[in-house]
Amino acid sequence: MSATLPSTEAVLAGQGAPVVNDFSIQIATVNGSGSQTANLVLLRSIFQMGVPVSGKNLFPSNIAGLPTWYTIRANHRGYVSRKKEIDFLVAMNVETARDDVMSLDPGRAVVYDEPLKLNALRSDLICYPVPFDKIVAEVCPDAKLRRLVKNIIYDGVLSHLLSIELGEMEKALGKQMGKKPKAMALNMGALEGGRKWAADNLPKLDPYRVARMNKTTGQVLVEGNAAAAMGCLFAGVTVVAWYPITPSSSLPETLIGYMRKYRMDKETGKATFAIVQAEDEIAAIGMVLGASWAGARAMTSTSGPGISLMSEFAGLAYYAEVPAVVFDIQRVGPSTGLPTRTAQADLLSTALHSHGDTRHVLLLPASMEECYTMSMDAFDLAERLQTVVFVMSDLDLGMNTWMAEPFPYPTKPFDRGKVLDAAKVRELGASWGRYKDVDGDGIAWRSLPGTGAPAYFTRGSGHNEMAQYTERPDYYVKNLDRLARKFDTAKTLVPAPVLEADTKQPTGIIAFGSSHWAVQESRDQLREEIGLDTDYLRVRAYPFTPAVEDFIRRHQRVFVVEQNRDGQMLSLLRMDLDPALSTRLTSVLHYNGLPIDARSITAAILEAGSLDPATRRG
Amino acid sequence: MSDATVPVPGKKTNRINLDASSYRGSKTTLCAGCGHNAITERIIDAFFEMGVDPKQVIKLSGIGCSSKSPAYFLNPSHGFNSVHGRMPSVATGAVLANKNMLAIGVSGDGDTGAIGIGQFVHLMRRNLPLIYIIEDNGCYGLTKGQFSPTADLGSKAKNGVVNDLAPIDTCALAIELGASFVARSFSGDKKQLLSVLKAANSHRGTSMIDVISPCVTFNDHEGSTKSYSYVKDHDEPLGEISFVPFFEEINVEYEAGSTTSVKLHDGSSLFLRKVAAEYNPSDRTAAISLLHETARRGEFATGILYIEPDKDDFIDLLNLVDQPLAFLPQEKVRPPQAVLDEIMESLR
Repeated sequence: MSATLPSTEAVLAGQGAPVVNDFSIQIATVNGSGSQTANLVLLRSIFQMGVPVSGKNLFPSNIAGLPTWYTIRANHRGYVSRKKEIDFLVAMNVETARDDVMSLDPGRAVVYDEPLKLNALRSDLICYPVPFDKIVAEVCPDAKLRRLVKNIIYDGVLSHLLSIELGEMEKALGKQMGKKPKAMALNMGALEGGRKWAADNLPKLDPYRVARMNKTTGQVLVEGNAAAAMGCLFAGVTVVAWYPITPSSSLPETLIGYMRKYRMDKETGKATFAIVQAEDEIAAIGMVLGASWAGARAMTSTSGPGISLMSEFAGLAYYAEVPAVVFDIQRVGPSTGLPTRTAQADLLSTALHSHGDTRHVLLLPASMEECYTMSMDAFDLAERLQTVVFVMSDLDLGMNTWMAEPFPYPTKPFDRGKVLDAAKVRELGASWGRYKDVDGDGIAWRSLPGTGAPAYFTRGSGHNEMAQYTERPDYYVKNLDRLARKFDTAKTLVPAPVLEADTKQPTGIIAFGSSHWAVQESRDQLREEIGLDTDYLRVRAYPFTPAVEDFIRRHQRVFVVEQNRDGQMLSLLRMDLDPALSTRLTSVLHYNGLPIDARSITAAILEAGSLDPATRRG
Repeated sequence: MSDATVPVPGKKTNRINLDASSYRGSKTTLCAGCGHNAITERIIDAFFEMGVDPKQVIKLSGIGCSSKSPAYFLNPSHGFNSVHGRMPSVATGAVLANKNMLAIGVSGDGDTGAIGIGQFVHLMRRNLPLIYIIEDNGCYGLTKGQFSPTADLGSKAKNGVVNDLAPIDTCALAIELGASFVARSFSGDKKQLLSVLKAANSHRGTSMIDVISPCVTFNDHEGSTKSYSYVKDHDEPLGEISFVPFFEEINVEYEAGSTTSVKLHDGSSLFLRKVAAEYNPSDRTAAISLLHETARRGEFATGILYIEPDKDDFIDLLNLVDQPLAFLPQEKVRPPQAVLDEIMESLR
């Protein structure tokens, strides 16, 4: 056994004290091998032991056969962003095993399928060979089912090695299996079989272990797409049109489940919603516009390629002033790029989506709770502002598993915006104009078909205040200026940025969305490792509220952290803010398709150097 | 037989006490003599005569000459001139939001046959309750006369170019895809077009009406198969159409065997007298072969080509509540706290 190799002993000698509740596990498997259950059981059992966890699935664009990695991070301080280094590897995939092992830092641990003989590759790792086929044959007499339970065996092995309580694993397994007693029994057998074999055969050599804490009490484990689906459910969405695309599909699919369960009319058994799987994303947003125009709360969900297809309609919605809620679960580039990897790279193109002079409202959720609350905000804002609101989530938020406090039940009633009712019709009388700004906020009153309110004819930019066709230059300018005024009004309505830290130090950080968690961890690293205190403003929406400019004004240097190559947030800031401030901004960029990690941010900030203007870049 | 709903001279209002002005729109900006204007007139007549409440109508269109026309009828109705080729999706959303509205969509042969063929296909497939009119002139008017996908093989453009691709027959396509009311008419045949439009008004499901509508500026010359004179000479009406609305007594005499009678969704009746033996408007295969046969002879078969009055439409399929989705109050669409608690518990 590898444990007897002298070199490993040498490694161990340097290990020192146990590392409790602060490590990452990576499980390398083959896509479609059913490893998701085993991985979620592992994640959930650590969570149930009160230890903060996060789970990130790195999967290929493939149904079965290509490599996939699942990373679990346990951290007693509550860090949930991706940890750059892997501490504990479970190498189940013969194709990637060599690379997986070679990429580990010295002294790390690896559990692997014995025939892979990975101990031959490195002498500076702690190796745990496990005869999976032998164990599975013992616990699962039916050869056809062995493939399905093989992965659960590594949970059993890790239960032993990492001191994860078997009872919690059983509970977590029960959660995954639901009401399937046969499957439950089979998997429990495999779990126990793996644990027992490890207890009998594997002396504990690595320092990592889980110890019970109380830091997850009352919390839930959820994916951002499910959180957003909940938001849509409680926002009272009535029309959903969508087209399948990774990493967005699980949002409408989860929503369909909720709607069928919770939104059938109690008296009649009929649906209080319509959900259509459209022929493409163009049709999806077309349906959303038609429905919103007729007064429904309507939404679609997609990712970058779908957003591109929606471009023409987004422009029409801006000019014709039709509400719409669009989720962009961002991913890397085109469909034949890295479609199953994460990015924040649709920001700039979506803010300025479509032809002509257009600006769109973007909401930038960073947490599970914000995926939920901002979904509700999006409907209120879309109807209040009569425009498209994009909720800019990403694959990391949308498809990975995060901890969250239970979501609050919404207390604020819907804001259905300025819709003519009988009283308003009487008040405005014949002076009503669909595009007439009577309140000074750039938002005009709209009427809905079928309500008896006066009608209007909806078209793009060529209209006067009364919605009559015109190509007069002065009317066009007046209309465009009003739309700009409406966008100014948006600044007072969108979620305000959060000043996460205000230490009155000269160095500031601006970030948004899923980068937030790595930024918080990086700020701790900067303070603890080099004594650099940083202030941090988390931007939550576009257009920017005045607080964003104030923050930059108060700091000599501001690092703008984002997950794209071109510094898209920084570009938006430059475009909209006082030009004199733009020299204070420095980009910290991460764009390799993996979720951003704290160590990379810290390294980039350190590399960018001091506050000396001569060393500024970006 | 006579069309029972031609207004009595001197009668100024319809059955809901509106006069014709309630059905008119803004002044047309299309060319004088454009077939589309004639279609607009027939739409006004049909809605007036049927006594449709214009406040309960929505008008939708894509982009092009045809798609401007909803501004020229039914001013009291909400209208949406949307995006090129995308009227079907906008109409779908609007009808889902408010299923009580009578929706009329106007498109063109380019808007439907070229850029919008995908959405056309899927709308027909869903049998969405909508009157879908193609104002079909075989060319792009607003961009100065390029061929559209319904231009016939060998038809000559104004600049002398001969079309070398076979046309898309939107009616055959619509029948194939599941539309439950498919008709072809000619903007110059007032009586037939009016009857077809009134019958479409009484149908529940997609009523797809391809109206050949000559473009007087770019496609009305010698050599064009969509010119006024060519269409007039090659129009092959399938037979006389008698439409009797639900609010009038049936007073039509017809010979058994030579006439098909159809009961429409709102209780109106349709009597279709056959000219050709092979004409059977309730037989999808027969309707498609009829279209192929007449096309082979270089003729346009006009009339109601196919009708399936009892087919479930998209709204039936979705099992929607009675009240329009757009007007459901918050208490109907925001589940109570207990639901959130239940979901949260499932995630612990």
